[in-house]
Amino acid sequence: MTIFLFFIVSTVIVVSSLLVILSKNPIHSVLFLILVFFNTAILFIFLNAEFLSMILLIVYIGAVAVLFLFVIMMLDINVAKLRKSFLNYLPLASLIGFIIFLELFYVVSQSKLDIADEASVSLNIGDKFLNNTKIIGNILYTDYFLLFQLSGIILLVAMIGAILLTLRKRSGAKKQNIHDQILRKNK
Amino acid sequence: MEIPVLYYLYLSIIIFTIGLVGIFLNRKNLIVLLMSIELILLSANINFVSFSYFYQNIIGQIFVFFTLSVSAAEAAVGLAIIVIFFRKKDSIHVDDINVLKG
Repeated sequence: MTIFLFFIVSTVIVVSSLLVILSKNPIHSVLFLILVFFNTAILFIFLNAEFLSMILLIVYIGAVAVLFLFVIMMLDINVAKLRKSFLNYLPLASLIGFIIFLELFYVVSQSKLDIADEASVSLNIGDKFLNNTKIIGNILYTDYFLLFQLSGIILLVAMIGAILLTLRKRSGAKKQNIHDQILRKNK
Repeated sequence: MEIPVLYYLYLSIIIFTIGLVGIFLNRKNLIVLLMSIELILLSANINFVSFSYFYQNIIGQIFVFFTLSVSAAEAAVGLAIIVIFFRKKDSIHVDDINVLKG
């Protein structure tokens, strides 16, 4: 039953990720991207990674995909003009994609991954009474504490960078000048 | 029935290839190019989580957590760059991005 569900979900993922790169309208691309993320969240639940599946829903669909939607709606893109030389790159793209797919497929199909040998299983998921979030927290806040803080710094730098990039001073805009306002004389 | 880990790996390489082809095909649309990069990162995440389940090791999931934060940062900065580029040139064609050409 689970494998049946897996095939349905992965078919939806593959078809909608094809539609992400092939659809004419960028808005449709974003909506199919949301479908891909949603189905990947379902796959993560199959793999006992509930925390990451919820994070995928919140961060990717709730933040990144909506950010994409906002940017597409802000920019007035001429869709027909964008598609003009779409087919120019198709032979090259299919050739390179085919070669890389064949190589990866060969490597994966030759690998002996059918059974995990006992030595490589490190069993820090082993405790069945802890839930997934608790296990991640136990390791993330102790062993990987510095990396966790570093990822916070990366997000801070990205936020400052995005604000700094899109900030602009317009000449006509009305703006509060705090210095003038404080030093204003009462009349 | 247990799902073999190989199926997840096949799914992940299919998504990776689709994302790669998407980078080549959508040379005219920077936003779809960023979405293809997101697809590639997603395929890497599926790989990490499936191996984390397969070897019963939580560290793969922690690495996915870091990948998610980095990709969110990357999407924010990339979209900001697209917005200021559109403001300057009124288009997001890759062909128009040639101001750094010597």
